[in-house]
Amino acid sequence: MTRFAGWILSLPATALVALFLVLPVGATIAATFADPLGITALYEAFFTSGFRRTVLWRTLEIALITTFFSVIVGFFTAYVVARASGRVKSLLIIAAVFPLLTGVIVRSFAWLIILGRNGILNSFLQWTGLTDAPISMLYTQGAVIVAMVYLFVPLMILTLVGVLENIPEDVIQAATSLGATPAAVFRQVVFPLAVPGLIVGAVLVFTGSFTAYATPALLGGERQMTMGTLLHQQAMVSFNWPGASTVAAIMVIVTVAVVLLMTRMARRLNPMAT
Amino acid sequence: MMRLPTHPLLIVFTVLVYLFLMGPLVIVFGAALSDTTFLTFPPQGLSLRWFERVFEITAFRRTMLTSLQIATMATAMALVIGIPAAYALNRYRIQLPGWLSTVFVLPILVPEIVLGFSLLRSVSVDQNVPIFTTLLIGHTLLVLPYCVRVISASLASFDFAVEEAAISLGSRPLKTFFTIILPNVRSGVIAAFILAFITSINDVSVSLFLTGPGVSTLPIQLLAHMEQFFDPTVASVSVLLMLLTVAVMAVVEWTLGLTFLAK
Repeated sequence: MTRFAGWILSLPATALVALFLVLPVGATIAATFADPLGITALYEAFFTSGFRRTVLWRTLEIALITTFFSVIVGFFTAYVVARASGRVKSLLIIAAVFPLLTGVIVRSFAWLIILGRNGILNSFLQWTGLTDAPISMLYTQGAVIVAMVYLFVPLMILTLVGVLENIPEDVIQAATSLGATPAAVFRQVVFPLAVPGLIVGAVLVFTGSFTAYATPALLGGERQMTMGTLLHQQAMVSFNWPGASTVAAIMVIVTVAVVLLMTRMARRLNPMAT
Repeated sequence: MMRLPTHPLLIVFTVLVYLFLMGPLVIVFGAALSDTTFLTFPPQGLSLRWFERVFEITAFRRTMLTSLQIATMATAMALVIGIPAAYALNRYRIQLPGWLSTVFVLPILVPEIVLGFSLLRSVSVDQNVPIFTTLLIGHTLLVLPYCVRVISASLASFDFAVEEAAISLGSRPLKTFFTIILPNVRSGVIAAFILAFITSINDVSVSLFLTGPGVSTLPIQLLAHMEQFFDPTVASVSVLLMLLTVAVMAVVEWTLGLTFLAK
């Protein structure tokens, strides 16, 4: 009885994932190789279209830049948060959790108000006399990146606070008692021990920004199409299901490849691994 | 973490980062309360008229109800199937294969927008499943990993010998579960419920393809509204959503303390 109990108890959840996630997503990917014109026909169509290639490279570029800034900003902030104490620390954590619990629509909309032609930034610049006409900031790659970094920094802070707090106190004390300066402790102890966590966080941000929809739709619009907005456009505007499936399949392939590569790297780089 | 001096530049940097995090949300509040259609600098006039407008727009009212319905049902379903799974993963860790816990990481690995699109393709179009049901399935899958992970974490420190003792003293397995296990993971269940509920309410990517006649969620409606009009009603809805979040966080703070979210 007990031999099967574990299986029986986990069956409903496993069945739900198998039936409604693995099967449908598998079917979407399988369909991209089952084109009447040949196994790779849809992929050839995707990569021979200059527009779609541009969308793929643009999305990769946005995701990479977003990841870079989120990791840098998140790491140094988390370093300060992890070393704060008592009330200040809980306040800093709450202030990072709150944006995270605020939806992606609200947080993207905020940047729409800030960067718009009649937005707060333009009216502020004109009020100070720095500019005399509104600057176009919306529907640019920069607008998408700023909003995405804004989206992911809180996630990065919380992830890395956890990572930094797991660094054993005595390792740092040992380094200090052996005469290491605070800067050396940071460079030679804290940072190397945080690298695996940094990689995990970076993977979260990269896959999240590579597959985002709402932020590029609102701040990039038609002009700065990304994989997410292209998938929506192919499926719901052009009704090109094979094309949409190909975009979806490429998204899955890139995501899975990045996750597998980076988690393997994180494991290899973990100096505390037992 | 450690008692090392923090460089003053780092502190300045952190202050700037938190201004960056909070500023835009404060601006949304300002836009919702401003008298003008565009938020200008310096702000002019205060008014609550945009909040009144929100309640005049039936589409917002209807989709808000749908969102609350879907979030409640999806979270309840994910907990009902997720709690036994989390229990099994911890209690029978030795007997179960390692890949089983990976199953519950899959929904995180697969891009949400791809899940939504695939559910539309296979479940809604090919199998003729009603759109509301498909949307509910999508949201259940979206929040299931949170439920399994958070409850697993709260079971990790539980000593199953206590359960063994109860059973050997003649308590029935099911009764044991409700009297011994559940009270011990109560905070985990509450945390999972809240995280899952908020995730579902805010979701865009899974819901994007799963809307149809009479079925739409609030975030999708907000997107559609923004494509047509640029007015502060969206800011007012955003403020209402933020106030809901603040209320939820306050409840969590009183019951569990918020630090569990940073785990």
